[in-house]
This record gives sequence, structure tokens and C-alpha cells, in this order.
Amino acid sequence: MIPTAGTSVEVRLPSRLGFEKVAMGTAASVAQLMGFPPDRIEDLKTAVAEACINAIEHGNRLNEKLSVGVILSATADGLEVKVVDNGTGMEKQPPKPDIDRKIHGEEDPRGMGMFLIQALVDEAEWVHDSKGKGSYVRLVIRLDKDSEFDKESK
Amino acid sequence: MQAETKTTVDQTSGASGAPVSVLRFSGDISSTSKDSLLGAWQSVHDGPVLLDFTKVDYINSSGIALIIQMLMEADKTGRKVAAFGLTPHFQKVFTMVGIAKYAGLYKDEPTAAASL
Repeated sequence: MIPTAGTSVEVRLPSRLGFEKVAMGTAASVAQLMGFPPDRIEDLKTAVAEACINAIEHGNRLNEKLSVGVILSATADGLEVKVVDNGTGMEKQPPKPDIDRKIHGEEDPRGMGMFLIQALVDEAEWVHDSKGKGSYVRLVIRLDKDSEFDKESK
Repeated sequence: MQAETKTTVDQTSGASGAPVSVLRFSGDISSTSKDSLLGAWQSVHDGPVLLDFTKVDYINSSGIALIIQMLMEADKTGRKVAAFGLTPHFQKVFTMVGIAKYAGLYKDEPTAAASL
């Protein structure tokens, strides 16, 4: 394991779907260097992918002239990821998805992204900027913890 | 950047020996997979369906929405669906979002086919 605390890595993505995979790969590499177990790296990859997809689609509205910033900061006990876009962010969280309502056509089958982010990381915070200059989602995954779902499953 | 989704349609037998359609996916399952997934679903007719994720590398929330759309169609017509070949991570994700309530998740094809 390479000492990583205090270091940060930054990636800028074009606002084009598919490029979230670049952020996933980068986050996975940093998490691996920090010594995260493989199952937590998979959780992180999915959470980072969903945060980037939201930033590309909703924050930057697929405008390829705008980029999505991904900043990974390693600390002694975990990894913080900020995904920054040019949107105005969300005023309130969407309701928790309900699979029965989705299957019966009472709820849009989409809309799982934010739920997955919250379920897979230890902290998730959405910070909005009404001027559209730097809304971001901040994710934290800790070295010594299982995901909330894994804890409930045990 | 996104690997094209390919879906092939195959056939196997369920527990009673009755025919079971198998949709075998490969590549990514994302927003660009709609025609491949839903087109393949439309091409299979009556009876239970197995979803093979063995060769799938990446699934995002837009891909999950397409899988839910297939399960909506299955629910309307009373068809049983089972899935296999998911990584442990995606088994967890499918359980989290509730897909496991409408499609049994199994380790491999024989176990999944035996459930139908």
C-alpha cells in the first residue's frame, strides 16, 4: 500500500455519457492504493459513476462545452470525492424509489441514481449553487466501514 | 466510451422441461441499450424468461431502468423471470433497488432455469 493521506487527484470529464467510466477507473485506482477492499471499491465505482451521470445529464445538460470536475482527496481514514458541475443543483431530494410502484407503472422506472449513491457510500451531500458556478455532490467512503446495506445484511 | 450492448436470444428448459427463453446480454447496460434490450424482449413470446448477465461489464441506473421496464412487461403478462451471472456487487445493487423481488437472482444458469 502506498501512503496516500493528504494527496488529491483531479480529473475533468467532457459532459458526454460514457466518460463517467474515466472517473470510475480513477476512483478505483486511488481506492486500491489506499487499501480499500474490492467490494468497497465496487460500491465506490457505482456511486462515482452515478454522480458523474447526474452531473453530465442534469447539471451540465449534456453541453459538451462544459466539463465535470472530479476531485478525489485521500485522508487518513477514507476517501472524499467531489463531483462538480455547472448546474444549479437540487433544492430537495427526490423520494426514495419504490419498486412496486415502478413495476405497476405508477412511478418512472428511472430515478435510482441518487438512491444508489446514498446506499453505497458512508456520506453523501448535495451542495447547490443557485448561480450555476459550482454545484457539487460530495461523497465519502471510509476505510474501516462496510456499506449501510452490507451492515444491515449481516 | 460505452461498450455496445449485444443481446442474443436462446432457449433452454425449465424445471418441468417446458421451454424457457434466455436473453444473453454482453457489453454495457446503460441508456444506449434500450433497443437491444427491449427489442430482444419483444422478440420472445410466451413462457418464462432467463436473463444472462455473465458477459456484462457495466450496469448503471439507466440500464437498471430498462431491466425494470422488462419486468413491468413480464408482470403484465404473468411471466416468471430469473437472472444469473451477476457479479456479487450487482446482485447487491439489484437487491437494493428491489429487482430481486420480481426476478430471482441465481449464481448460474442451471440453478436459475430450475427455479422456473
